[in-house]
Amino acid sequence: MPKVTMNINGRARSTEVENRTLLSTALREKLHLTGTHIGCDTSQCGACVVHVNGKAVKSCAVFAVELDGATIDTIEGQAAPDGSLNVIQQAFKDHHGLQCGFCTPGMVMSAAALLKDNPKPNEAEIRDYLEGNICRCTGYQGIVNAIMAASGQAVPAIAAE
Amino acid sequence: MYDFDLVIPSSVADAASAMKADGAQALGGGQTLLPTMKQRLAAPEVLVKLSDLAEMVGVSAASGILRVGGATTHAQVAEEGAAYPALAALAGNIGDPAVRNRGTIGGSIANNDPAACYPAGALGSGATIITDRREIAADDFFTDLFETALDEGEIITAVNFPIPDAANYQKFDQPASRFALVGVFVARFGDAVRVAVTGASNGGVFRWSVAEEALSADFSASAVEGLAVNAGDMISDLHGSAAYRAHLIGVLTRRAVQSC
Ligand SMILES: Cc1cc2nc3c(=O)[nH]c(=O)nc-3n(C[C@H](O)[C@H](O)[C@H](O)COP(=O)(O)OP(=O)(O)OC[C@H]3O[C@@H](n4cnc5c(N)ncnc54)[C@H](O)[C@@H]3O)c2cc1C
Ligand code: FES
Ligand code: FES
Repeated sequence: MPKVTMNINGRARSTEVENRTLLSTALREKLHLTGTHIGCDTSQCGACVVHVNGKAVKSCAVFAVELDGATIDTIEGQAAPDGSLNVIQQAFKDHHGLQCGFCTPGMVMSAAALLKDNPKPNEAEIRDYLEGNICRCTGYQGIVNAIMAASGQAVPAIAAE
Repeated sequence: MYDFDLVIPSSVADAASAMKADGAQALGGGQTLLPTMKQRLAAPEVLVKLSDLAEMVGVSAASGILRVGGATTHAQVAEEGAAYPALAALAGNIGDPAVRNRGTIGGSIANNDPAACYPAGALGSGATIITDRREIAADDFFTDLFETALDEGEIITAVNFPIPDAANYQKFDQPASRFALVGVFVARFGDAVRVAVTGASNGGVFRWSVAEEALSADFSASAVEGLAVNAGDMISDLHGSAAYRAHLIGVLTRRAVQSC
């Protein structure tokens, strides 16, 4: 079986995969990084979003074997080593950006990709960027508010309190 | 999905020879092919990875042509296609950001999904599809639903888009799939106007020639007022009836002209 080595959350990790092994499967089942969620496995929901070489990608729609040498960031690398949340995660917690939490790893990774390109997005830009991330619980307003807050902007007045 | 052999070529020439193997298929960004393989609607024995081939990645503009390498992602075209703003906008509105970071123009055009955006951009611009063997005019390329003029194993290495004087793409989103329910691409080169329609027809992307004639004579939204597309040829599904799609073509064509 081919062996792939990826730099995952700042650490070199190697694993054997089949050619058909998806990145999501390699992360979850080979490397036991189960923070990346599989919602649909059909490229629709975005729960599996990770960063590949700094860009948001649906890990259920790419083969691990294509990524030998790539840099991967997953939800596990977002909090500090002592477990304290990063600014996006904390904002999700503070602004009701999650309920069941299933979509949250993908939402946080998409939000992180957005804020890297556009540090102060407006509400329309946030909603547009999250087009590929589906949440069945929150109705999205809490997520939008969290990303506004994480980017240091005022949260719209209708925020859930 | 079934397993397969993977070839990672280092040049287009290597890729072309790998494509001669029995059961070989090109792998672009995989955004269409992987879901298809999961459903076992495709089961290639060999995948030939094109997506990082330097010869096939990049956007450049010279002498009125925007050249897009066949393995260039939608995100890169959106970012670097400023010389042809309507095309950059089309690329930047395909699917969602994660799909745009992987999906490539070659994969989109080779797949010729009846609801895809690039076929409308290519046909509307009168683009030339460049392969490892020849050049094909967009007018001859999109032959039917999911069918193209590509031969077995042929690789799209680039697409050359003539840059029009004015152009605009109007996409009426199908929010669940994020494809176009109907999309209309209008391009004006001097007095000559091309109108390409995606998402609507049972035969895939097509040129609306009646509207092209009207707009070539008078490039204004009112010139297409009252023109109708035959609903008999239109797709009808749970997202929209044939009559609804036919109606949208008129509406979107007027909006595209107004936005030019
Ligand atoms: C959620 C979602 C939303 C989407 N929304 C849209 C949308 O709004 N508009 C739109 O247009 N598309 C949309 N797409 C499709 C997307 O644009 C795909 O990226 C594209 O259709 C296929 O490109 P790919 O590079 O991923 O090709 P692949 O999936 O790798 O390949 C597709 C087909 O093309 C062949 N192929 C690939 N590259 C080449 C080449 N260079 N030469 C010859 N053959 C080749 C493959 O063998 C395969 O048959 C969406 C996809 C998803 C998952
Ligand atoms: S699991 Fe990958 S998009 Fe839903
Ligand atoms: S919090 Fe439950 S799906 Fe988003």
